[in-house]
Amino acid sequence: MTRKNLSTSRRALLGAALSGGGGFLLSAFLPGLPLLKASHAQDTATGVVFRPNAFIRITPQGSVTLIMRYAEMGQGIYTGISMLLAEELGVTLDQVSVEAAPADPAYVDSVAGEEETGGSSSTRDSWIPLREAGAAARMMLVSAAAQIWGVPENACQARDGRVFHSASGRSLSYGELAGAATHQPVPAKVSLKPASDFTLIGTSPRRLDTKAKTNGSAKFGIDAQIPGMKIGCIIACPVKGGHLSGYNRAAALAVPGVVDVVTLPDAIAVIGEHMWAAIKGMEAAFPQWEYGPNATTSTADILAQMKKASEQSGVVAVKNGNAQEALKQAHTRIDAVYELPFLAHAPLEPINTTLHIRPDGADVWVGTQVPGRARQEVADATGLRPESIAVHNHLIGGGFGRRLDSNSIGQAARFAKQVPYPVKLIWTREEDITQDQFRPYYYDRISAGLTQDGAISGWHHRTTGSSVTARWYPEGMQNGLDPDAVEGAAQTPYAMPDQLVEFVRDEPDAVTTLWWRGVGPTHNVFVVESMIDELAHQSGQDPLALRKKLAAHQPRALKVLNEVEKESGWGKALPAGHGMGIALHYSFQTWAATVLEVAVEKNGQIRLVQAHTAVDCGPIVFPDGIVAQIQGGLIFGLTMALYNEITLKDGRVEQTNFHNYRMMRLNEAPDIQVHLVSDPDAEIGGIGEVGTVAAAPALANALFAATGKRLRSIPFAKQLGGEKA
Amino acid sequence: MRFDLKINSVLREVDVPPDMPVLWVLRDILGLTGTKYGCGVAQCGACTVHLDGQPVRACLLTVAAAAGHDILTIEAVEHTETGAKVQQAWLDEEVIQCGYCQSGQIMAATALLQQTPQPTDADIDEAMAGNICRCGTYVRIRKAIHKAASHDA
Ligand code: FES
Ligand code: FES
Repeated sequence: MTRKNLSTSRRALLGAALSGGGGFLLSAFLPGLPLLKASHAQDTATGVVFRPNAFIRITPQGSVTLIMRYAEMGQGIYTGISMLLAEELGVTLDQVSVEAAPADPAYVDSVAGEEETGGSSSTRDSWIPLREAGAAARMMLVSAAAQIWGVPENACQARDGRVFHSASGRSLSYGELAGAATHQPVPAKVSLKPASDFTLIGTSPRRLDTKAKTNGSAKFGIDAQIPGMKIGCIIACPVKGGHLSGYNRAAALAVPGVVDVVTLPDAIAVIGEHMWAAIKGMEAAFPQWEYGPNATTSTADILAQMKKASEQSGVVAVKNGNAQEALKQAHTRIDAVYELPFLAHAPLEPINTTLHIRPDGADVWVGTQVPGRARQEVADATGLRPESIAVHNHLIGGGFGRRLDSNSIGQAARFAKQVPYPVKLIWTREEDITQDQFRPYYYDRISAGLTQDGAISGWHHRTTGSSVTARWYPEGMQNGLDPDAVEGAAQTPYAMPDQLVEFVRDEPDAVTTLWWRGVGPTHNVFVVESMIDELAHQSGQDPLALRKKLAAHQPRALKVLNEVEKESGWGKALPAGHGMGIALHYSFQTWAATVLEVAVEKNGQIRLVQAHTAVDCGPIVFPDGIVAQIQGGLIFGLTMALYNEITLKDGRVEQTNFHNYRMMRLNEAPDIQVHLVSDPDAEIGGIGEVGTVAAAPALANALFAATGKRLRSIPFAKQLGGEKA
Repeated sequence: MRFDLKINSVLREVDVPPDMPVLWVLRDILGLTGTKYGCGVAQCGACTVHLDGQPVRACLLTVAAAAGHDILTIEAVEHTETGAKVQQAWLDEEVIQCGYCQSGQIMAATALLQQTPQPTDADIDEAMAGNICRCGTYVRIRKAIHKAASHDA
């Protein structure tokens, strides 16, 4: 995803975080939502609370609260971020509680340029600043203790939530020091521990958010329970651009438990005492629609338009040498079209928002990747001032990009402002899939060649599709180029002296598009890595050996390739019907190589046998978190590559629930081994989307090895005839 | 209509329509939100509870059909020996990502181990195939079930 390269330096962030310093009385607590307590420390406070910056709060009673500017959606970020803060603050993880940050500019992610969890940027953007925030707080606590004892600061040590003066054997807890620490000056300069002194970073402690997720006590947005709350379900016009033309109000209100029916020009909500009343009420309301201009659109229409657009040249993203001439000279040449479908996100927690809109302000309980945008949506929908709107961010039951858009929160606010009580508005699974904003369909033309001795001779890649950047973040467009649309295509791991990469923007009217896990790289790495494989086979070379040759100038690429080669036993004899495929990529500042083994039965049934991924993401904060993200990311991507596509007929999305938008299930999942071969001195890389990126190309290449059939469009299973319902 | 439900060994009287699924009774009437809504049509398993010890999908189980039976939800599974073991194995193997599916996964795994204390991979496949995890924690779910089972050995 294209990021705003705001010049927010880490000093500036620390300064902003520290400027709120000093003591806050209890009444100044922000209305954050205490979500998870790792300790039994009392969170009730009397007296002066030490709040050295926006991320740390220590009460005189000794409770240490870390405030999370990122949303926890399963990626383990609460744990990773707490480790960064705790390492320098000098507390153990079982001494802290964590709490979601309120919507506030203090929590802006400087890579994203807004309060956002996405782009695999959270750890990257926190690596230095949050350690500095922890260190600054520790220094203030140490100064306070040194002053109390009348000893030099450098005679004191901080660890495990206490400051020690070993010469005299005295110690004080952080709680005991909280009041005095608020009077200490904010340090002008902080120095960070050398990696050799880390006690937390690089270890795999138990995750902070998981215990509550084993016993039903974890609260996701959909679990919000507010006194006096009613519950509603929403249906919007199934065709984009249409509007509500009628409904049976009396029949809906006659359903026991139904309280209200409220409408927007293009949607209807039935509100009841409980979700079942709302669902039955919606059936009775039987909404009618005027479908509007997209009433007859099908996927074939969208595709025909896209194909036509792809015949014209596009905005140039990269032009090196002369690709056309080099292609003419190529010894081996392949011209191909790759296609990637629209995709829904289908997080297991469907879209929902709970709101209480009052004349003077509002509360919003929701799981969002963008709390600042969420607040603005509610402000726009209600006319309330943003400062009067409190966003209580919750655990997220799966984001994958969906909760980077806040349109559903704006829609919910337009309904909720029509009723005086708090209301939880839920999209059914059917609504969640059909009204999703989809990963764009991409139509990629590519021509590539090899010289006689196996170097790339000409590479011309033209991608055509919708631009998410243009809608979601128009400032990110570069003279008509959407950098996301070519991410993973413009820069590849390989030496390409004659390379031309272009983008043709073609917007389908009938769908709205959005980020989807792995963003640009999930799209382009499929095309690039499939094409490299095609070139290898066509020229009779081993696909892994060819990659090593073409990426010989990238030592970190060679390292991950060598590692998966060894671990997967690449080249060993396989049973009949089996094949191994490889994919290499550099995405989100992380290098990764994946080898996947598949077996294809006579009837076309695909079985995923085993996957190995080698990863170099620079410094490692939370190793088990990395392994989990690669495993989950691969399964997410393999699910898509095998089964998923969103199609339209008569303007409507044809897939509605998990029976026809199929998920991989446990019995189909391969074993996945992850090998960490990180370079601790490299720049820190992201991880949440890395696994997903490799899935489709590794699978396509493995299926070719197993069957000799090159699959250039996703999804694959139905093309081999082996899809089980 | 009035129904007497026995939930987590406690009798609860509810006044709801007879066709109302137990899922919504638990979540919206009784405030037991650990049981999740994922699909509403028995496709995902997020709503799995035990009815007289059998794993069932609460999104399709009507309150009328459940009345008079023992219902066990994720909130009380720790009080069963197997449930507590499964929860511990889930933590030890760090199975959980977003966690939204995991109430259902834990209820399904607990039912499996109660009936088959030493399940094979094939048993696990069969018992767990109805529970979707969108975060893809399957590799670890399998390991955690084996781990919970090994405590019995
Ligand atoms: S909600 Fe019951 S199976 Fe999905
Ligand atoms: S952990 Fe997220 S759906 Fe399973």
